[in-house]
Amino acid sequence: MTGAKVQSLRRMPDEAGHFGRHGGRYVPETLMPLILAVEAAYAEAKADPAFQKELAGLFADFVGRPSPLYLAKRLTERLGGATIYLKREDLNHTGAHKINNCLGQILLAQRMGKTRIIAETGAGQHGVATATACALMGLECVVYMGALDIARQAPNVQRMNLLGASVVPVTAGAGTLKDAMNAAMRDWVAHVEDTYYLIGTAAGPHPYPMMVRDFQAVIGNEVRAQMQAREGRPPDSLVACLGGGSNAIGLFHPFLDDPSVALWGVEAAGHGLDSGAHAASLAGGRPGILHGMRTYLLQDADGQIAEAHSISAGLDYPGIGPEHAWLYEIGRLQLGSATDDEALRAFADLTRLEGIIPALESAHALAFAAKLAPTLPRAHAMVIGLSGRGDKDLATVAEALKARPS
Amino acid sequence: MSRLAATFAALAQNKRAALITFVTAGDPDYPRSRTLLQALPGAGADIIELGMPFSDPVADGPAIQAASERALKGGMTLARTLDLLREFRAQDSTTPVVLMGYANPLYAMGFERFAAQAAQAGADGVIVVDLPPEEAQELRRPLTAQGIDFIGLVAPTTTEARLPTVLGCAQGFVYYVSVAGTTGTASAAASAVDQAVARLKAATTLPVAVGFGIKTPEQAAAMAATRADAVVVGSALVERIAQGQDAPGFVTRLAQAVRGTRKA
Repeated sequence: MTGAKVQSLRRMPDEAGHFGRHGGRYVPETLMPLILAVEAAYAEAKADPAFQKELAGLFADFVGRPSPLYLAKRLTERLGGATIYLKREDLNHTGAHKINNCLGQILLAQRMGKTRIIAETGAGQHGVATATACALMGLECVVYMGALDIARQAPNVQRMNLLGASVVPVTAGAGTLKDAMNAAMRDWVAHVEDTYYLIGTAAGPHPYPMMVRDFQAVIGNEVRAQMQAREGRPPDSLVACLGGGSNAIGLFHPFLDDPSVALWGVEAAGHGLDSGAHAASLAGGRPGILHGMRTYLLQDADGQIAEAHSISAGLDYPGIGPEHAWLYEIGRLQLGSATDDEALRAFADLTRLEGIIPALESAHALAFAAKLAPTLPRAHAMVIGLSGRGDKDLATVAEALKARPS
Repeated sequence: MSRLAATFAALAQNKRAALITFVTAGDPDYPRSRTLLQALPGAGADIIELGMPFSDPVADGPAIQAASERALKGGMTLARTLDLLREFRAQDSTTPVVLMGYANPLYAMGFERFAAQAAQAGADGVIVVDLPPEEAQELRRPLTAQGIDFIGLVAPTTTEARLPTVLGCAQGFVYYVSVAGTTGTASAAASAVDQAVARLKAATTLPVAVGFGIKTPEQAAAMAATRADAVVVGSALVERIAQGQDAPGFVTRLAQAVRGTRKA
């Protein structure tokens, strides 16, 4: 296996944070010393058994890990193909995978002596997870959220407020995740001494894509052990939705060097990939530089960043984590997509068939799996990342279903 | 000698600091932007910083964000920004112009192509806010080949250990970002800036410009009295453009304040 180790796809990024030509540290000089400090602190923490032990303890007792790997029998029968397992990140405390990363980063922020935490959020899941971690540690918390997202994810805004966070509405641009991230970066530039920026996805400048991936890799590591216990082998395919891509990279990363495991990333096709109103950065974008990284971006010919569209606030972002961009370019990551309508259908199907209400983000993975699974035999074990629960989406779904003749 | 070097050499002889004025290309629209640009040297600007509009200017405060939005809404593109510069150069062959913006539009055009076209349009320097030295080489190399300076940014957060890397990458002049924050928000104290500039001048022979948060003729005079070689005013000027006020008149007041301050 030494040969395989040399070829490992899990060795990235390089020292400067590059995944192939993607990633890097495209930030203003004011922030450069800060991200270098985060990088150094993380390297130290990663190697510190006490840090890892504390995080493992929080995962077990606070989050409720490991999250179950659930055999979805009725869904499997309905689709009539591959055997479908759901990785139940929706059962985590706070209702999504986001908490894994937040706990890791909050411990790091404490180590660095930071007293004020800022974050951006789209669907509000990361905001809630950050507010939760801050409440747990007694730290000040400011969450930037697009005004449109505040309107469509009201329950999460209430949760953040209850947890003691200040939610700052961002009205610039379309008032979605990209604009919230701009606002968070502006805050960070102005509060460099006491503030830690807790980025919610595997994106942004190095070391964030690597660090967030490491914290989320608990998902894939558990899947490997759970599949081993159940079927005595790794899964045949993994399917996850791609916004920034943290739940997907967390699920995929431990399997990058298992060539028999197919990796499917599902982008939000919004009103359709040809409509111009979607959030499929890989399928519909091209490489560019934004938010500290080089990666695939939705943009016009002049390099102005385009507004993404998805019914799911958590996928409504015109970029993608740089490791996904690289895995896509080298052919390791395969692309799927699901439209708003397909995601809504998958949302309803899972709810009725399995008694599980998925997040609209996760419903994109389910929708694509519904297209893929029927083409595969029952012996094919497919694991779908059920990244979050859908309680937060009830208003959006009700409105969308009302608007559609069914 | 480059236009930037000649300008700084002449000012050093006159023992005064340069006034650098920032305007966003195409703000509020192309024709008015051209008129304003052409009026700046006469009003007293020694060097012009011309902002290349970008949809997501993360290092800018509200004034320059809004200027970018106005320009983009009016159909401004990077190619049009270079057109504007070309038109300016046809009338003014001496005032240095430094293009300032973010990496993505340049990357979309292609760094090599951008460098060639910027040189042909008459640019003297380029500042890219989100290209720190670690990521700069890909653009800096073609710019250098075209004789355009890659201006380096130093921030209050830049550590001693990091300073040689940053200064080693800088050409033309060093832009000292005097406050940790976005453009046009907080202002630094002149005494703190003087110390920071002294630290820089001990480590580089390049001229040092000070910017961020300099809004009034009084503040400009105070900064001109430090050891800095140039004072940059951006947001305050851009706000006057937004309000339809007499922008060249404001530049004249700034220039009088800066010119009235003699270096020791």
